[in-house]
Amino acid sequence: MAVSEDQALIDSRRAGEGPRAHAVARVRVPETGMAHELRAVKVVWQRELIRFGRDRMRIITALIQPVLFLFVLGTGLSQLTTGTTQGVNLRTFMFPGALAMTVLFTSVFSAGSIVWDREFGFLREMLVAPISRASIVVGKALGGATVATFQGVVILAMAGLVGVPYSPTLILAVLGELMLLSFTLTAFGIMAAARIKSFQAFMALTQMLLMPLFFLSGALFPLGNLPSWLRLLTRVNPLTYAVDPIRRSVFAHLDVSAHARDVLAPGLTWGGWRVPIYLELVVVAAFGIGMLMIGVAEFRRAE
Amino acid sequence: MSSVSVGPQGGSPRAISVRGLVKRYDSVEAVRGVDFDVAPGEVFGFLGPNGAGKSTTINVLCTLIRPTAGTALVAGYDVARQRDQVRRNIGLVFQDTTLDSYLTAEQNLRFHAELYGVPRASLPDRMRQVLEMVGLWERRGSVVMTFSGGMKRRLEIARGLMHSPRVLFLDEPTVGLDPQTRSSIWGYIQELKRAEDITIFLTTHYMDEAEYCDRIAIMDAGQIVVIDTPEALKASVGTDRVKISTTDDPAAIAALRDRFGMEAKMSEGAVMFSVPGGEQFVPRLFGELGVPITSVSVARPSLDDVFMSYTGTTIRDAEAASSSDFIRMAVRARR
Repeated sequence: MAVSEDQALIDSRRAGEGPRAHAVARVRVPETGMAHELRAVKVVWQRELIRFGRDRMRIITALIQPVLFLFVLGTGLSQLTTGTTQGVNLRTFMFPGALAMTVLFTSVFSAGSIVWDREFGFLREMLVAPISRASIVVGKALGGATVATFQGVVILAMAGLVGVPYSPTLILAVLGELMLLSFTLTAFGIMAAARIKSFQAFMALTQMLLMPLFFLSGALFPLGNLPSWLRLLTRVNPLTYAVDPIRRSVFAHLDVSAHARDVLAPGLTWGGWRVPIYLELVVVAAFGIGMLMIGVAEFRRAE
Repeated sequence: MSSVSVGPQGGSPRAISVRGLVKRYDSVEAVRGVDFDVAPGEVFGFLGPNGAGKSTTINVLCTLIRPTAGTALVAGYDVARQRDQVRRNIGLVFQDTTLDSYLTAEQNLRFHAELYGVPRASLPDRMRQVLEMVGLWERRGSVVMTFSGGMKRRLEIARGLMHSPRVLFLDEPTVGLDPQTRSSIWGYIQELKRAEDITIFLTTHYMDEAEYCDRIAIMDAGQIVVIDTPEALKASVGTDRVKISTTDDPAAIAALRDRFGMEAKMSEGAVMFSVPGGEQFVPRLFGELGVPITSVSVARPSLDDVFMSYTGTTIRDAEAASSSDFIRMAVRARR
């Protein structure tokens, strides 16, 4: 067919667009625009929340591991470490790590819902809609981040049990840090889920990556006097840049000696320079945005 | 091959227009140069065995995969260059369910409406209308997980209609459903054709279902073999199918060959052959066969016979013999 004929067909179709009198409640779908994309982001986000709310088992199972770490490992190990924690309870020290762990697992598994959606066909419902791939990915990222932050808040509510004060400024600071971390980790999960087609492979990959990420983040030990190989590994781990601000926020509100603070929450250093909290948070955000963009590109490419 | 034909409402803009469409996967050519037009308001069926290229064609028309060559316009928009416009104007019901089974029927529809930007003010009316059409209004608050296969398919049809698409694509809409549910789904599709100003494009490999279509394209091995109305296709076959049971079937087959010059064969325990004007032929048969006949049946040509006459094989044999599984795997791997 000649191009001009195509165009004529398109033009005639456009000209014929008008409300049809005989169709009851026939809806008119507007042209694509920012408002439409935002509606799409919102509904993808809402779906994540609805599904999370329906899955009570998931809410509980996601809390088991951090609670075990905090109360069983934290209590048990404290018998060995009493002399070295400068009078600070080991559970108090591990609290930021437990928060990070909660968020880590919840975020990444929330992002895994993309793999489920693909397997059960629902992803196609989203991919054939007249919306940008970015809206789907951003909606998913915000949904996963909200869910993970909620789980983190449940652990945060246990602060009093491990000797961390319920100070409003502390709670607000930690909440903000958890939200940012949740977003970045969900973005990481989405980036992985964009490429991985089977849920088994996704589980295997995340299992393989999550524990090393967690152990190398300083969630369970201070970042101070580490051997150089371990120092390097912690510095290249994005999770380190999220755990450290949480720990520094917590320690700023603890009634402990300056020495204890220096030993247990020395802050992250780059070749002797102490990285300010805001820069750490910028690193986390940059990782998140970067991985999200890779995720969007993957979905665009897959079309 | 006269694959270019004008629809029943020739002259009005076409709902679908396809020219020289080719889709190649590495070594497999799933669609090998397809041309057709669908007129607005038409129910157009793609008929063919699994692996004939029906799903690949539908996926190209739905913007899910890009064509290797050729053009396709849906609702006047190019499927490769104006994908969002195409998407806004089509509704889709896939072979496999694409509902979120953890959400209620209403939540699934609402999700869809938001993704398609359906104006909020018209949402409640539209939701009620489509749910009533498929008989699920009472179950709108139920989680989809609790639905039967037929209810899920009906809900998908309702969802595909939420944004008032110009063209509704139904890919094997009744596959995997029991016969009763299948016929009720067809009831809804017929109803839909009356109630909505819509063009329906569907694929099926059930011969009996193709009869519901205004026009049928028979597809085999990636190409369209013929396009016409079911009646015209059946008329083109011209012969009736006669089945007889006799006291000595091999003797009857030999007698048919020797005295009438007809090739008969055994099928499902009876002697079967094709003959023009079967009803007039039967009295002659009784007089001249020379083998006692115990029962006789004459069948008008069905779409099975049409398929047979155009492709030289039955649809079932074509499915068994084709490399359909390889093609389907190749298609799946791309999703």
